[in-house]
Amino acid sequence: MESGNLGKAFNDGDVIIRQGDEGDCMYVIQSGAVEVVRHVDGKDVPIATRSEGEFFGEMSIFEREVRMATVRARGPVRVITVDKKNLMKRIQEDPSLAFRLLQTMSQRLRELSGEVAHRKSR
Amino acid sequence: MKKDNFTEAFGKADTDSESALTGGFELTDGSRVAVLGGGPAGSFFSYFLLDIAGRVGFVPQVDIFEKRIFSKVGAVGCNMCGGIISESLVQTLAAEGITLPPTIVERGIDSYILHMDVGSTRIDTPLQEKRIAAVHRGAGPKDSTGTRWGSFDGFLLDMAKAKGANHLQGQVTDISLVDGKPVLSVKGGESKQYDLLAVCVGVNTPTLKHFAELPIDYTPPKTSKTFISEFYLGEETVGKYLGSSMHVFLMNIPRVEFAALIPKGDYVTFCMLGEDIDDDLVRRLLETDQVKQCLPPGWEIPKVYCHCSPKINVKGAHPPFADRLVFIGDCGATRLYKDGIGAAYRTAKAAAATAALHGVAAADFRKHFMPVCTSIERDNLIGKFIFGFNRRINKLEQDRKGILGMVLHEQEKPTRPKRMSMVMWDTFTGSASYGDILLRTMHPAFLFGLVRHIVSSFLNPKNFNGRKG
Ligand SMILES: Cc1cc2nc3c(=O)[nH]c(=O)nc-3n(C[C@H](O)[C@H](O)[C@H](O)COP(=O)(O)OP(=O)(O)OC[C@H]3O[C@@H](n4cnc5c(N)ncnc54)[C@H](O)[C@@H]3O)c2cc1C
Repeated sequence: MESGNLGKAFNDGDVIIRQGDEGDCMYVIQSGAVEVVRHVDGKDVPIATRSEGEFFGEMSIFEREVRMATVRARGPVRVITVDKKNLMKRIQEDPSLAFRLLQTMSQRLRELSGEVAHRKSR
Repeated sequence: MKKDNFTEAFGKADTDSESALTGGFELTDGSRVAVLGGGPAGSFFSYFLLDIAGRVGFVPQVDIFEKRIFSKVGAVGCNMCGGIISESLVQTLAAEGITLPPTIVERGIDSYILHMDVGSTRIDTPLQEKRIAAVHRGAGPKDSTGTRWGSFDGFLLDMAKAKGANHLQGQVTDISLVDGKPVLSVKGGESKQYDLLAVCVGVNTPTLKHFAELPIDYTPPKTSKTFISEFYLGEETVGKYLGSSMHVFLMNIPRVEFAALIPKGDYVTFCMLGEDIDDDLVRRLLETDQVKQCLPPGWEIPKVYCHCSPKINVKGAHPPFADRLVFIGDCGATRLYKDGIGAAYRTAKAAAATAALHGVAAADFRKHFMPVCTSIERDNLIGKFIFGFNRRINKLEQDRKGILGMVLHEQEKPTRPKRMSMVMWDTFTGSASYGDILLRTMHPAFLFGLVRHIVSSFLNPKNFNGRKG
């Protein structure tokens, strides 16, 4: 059923987006998993993993900043690129399309606040 | 209709939620929603209604009536279509969290090959990524024993069921309004009243005539006859001869707006759209060298093969709503010739959001659902102009050579702006609105390029004969 694979294929370790690059799209994982790492003080710090059905790179849809982390394939992975312009046009017609993006971003923010609070309390 | 299925499901639902039938126009917990037709429009509507209602905190009871059996091969499981899921829909669904698995997608498409009598050329997706999906709507053509891939419509229906919709297998035979509320009847005589009826029956059904008999103001869509056939080649041969490209034919044949060969798993789908396509026209196109060169040497039209002549919506219904009634997908408004499934998604989502967040009165649909239908219909007017212009330009060989020349020139170097290539890409794949496409053709650089290539084809006619990119 290889012929029915959608998106672009990456191999283990391939960089899909690089911290500091400009971005005008987000990605949805069709199959496999990716690792999100942030380059701090010369070191790569893993901050999250994302798997099938999840998205990454969504910040560039809402702001015009450079990519804040590098995303690498963890094993073979396929991703679908979602263009900013296409998504913005759809959101303009149907704001509820943003529900899921906002829900996931709010969940990620919640996790992050939990983590910060945990660290501060130590 | 399986009587047991209906009686069991509705008998139970009747006692559970009789009191939930509301008098007002707002849906609440237990409100009854009938979805007539479980094609893309019906499944998307059910899925998003349950999704949005869940987010704002209520659970309607959603019953989907579908007469087809999507797990079966041939007509009984098939909603007759080219099976292209457009680039923009694949992306939007991905953003919705709906990824199409390789068990449903028979081929990922990353390019198309434009064939004209003056030559052919290949145009790749802007990102060289497989973002177009080729699917079968049912379980496969009638001469197959079932393909290894699942039905696209079955996949969407399962998704709606997983969200909580009830699926009732069978045909609705009568629709009436009692005290302003829709009542559906099925074979065997059972009937049930609803707070809302979402009509998602498409245009290939006699069911639409029931709505003409209701005391509502509804003019059904205008339609035209098309043609689709499925040819078995085997997965390897499909890959070898057609690859992951859709093959589009722009020929000077009257009444044909668009013809394409779409590679699937073991089959290739041949699809013709235009004005009342008939057998002669089909044969004429299938026997051209341009079509034959895409297929294995010596290929002949088989004596027996799966084919059909479904109708296509060429002008939307008006108005596509009434109190407690909304017409979604093909039986309401859809895009002219392209991305009908994408239009089913857009209208379904707009109707679901209206019903869940605002209400089910005609005024609610007019305010929140109609703008989407109007925007589709307005864009179709531009689409008609583009297809008309295309038809004209296709009549003159020098113009065809000009178009091909411009695409070939753009494809020669990756750095060259792909103005004509992208206009062609978006026109044939349905990836952008017709308005968007028209705007781009008005760009001075586009017009200059086209004129330059037409003039050059006049001056050097030999350059073009049979050129391939
Ligand atoms: C030749 C051709 C090629 C096309 N190619 C493409 C393409 O490549 N890509 C694309 O996006 N679009 C394409 N389209 C358009 C696409 O097929 C439609 O836009 C799409 O199917 C609309 O979905 P729908 O749910 O509105 O209607 P339908 O798909 O027609 O679904 C209606 C459903 O209602 C059910 N139903 C009807 N009456 C009853 C009843 N009384 N009781 C119970 N169930 C009932 C039917 O069984 C059916 O399942 C093509 C159309 C044609 C004609």
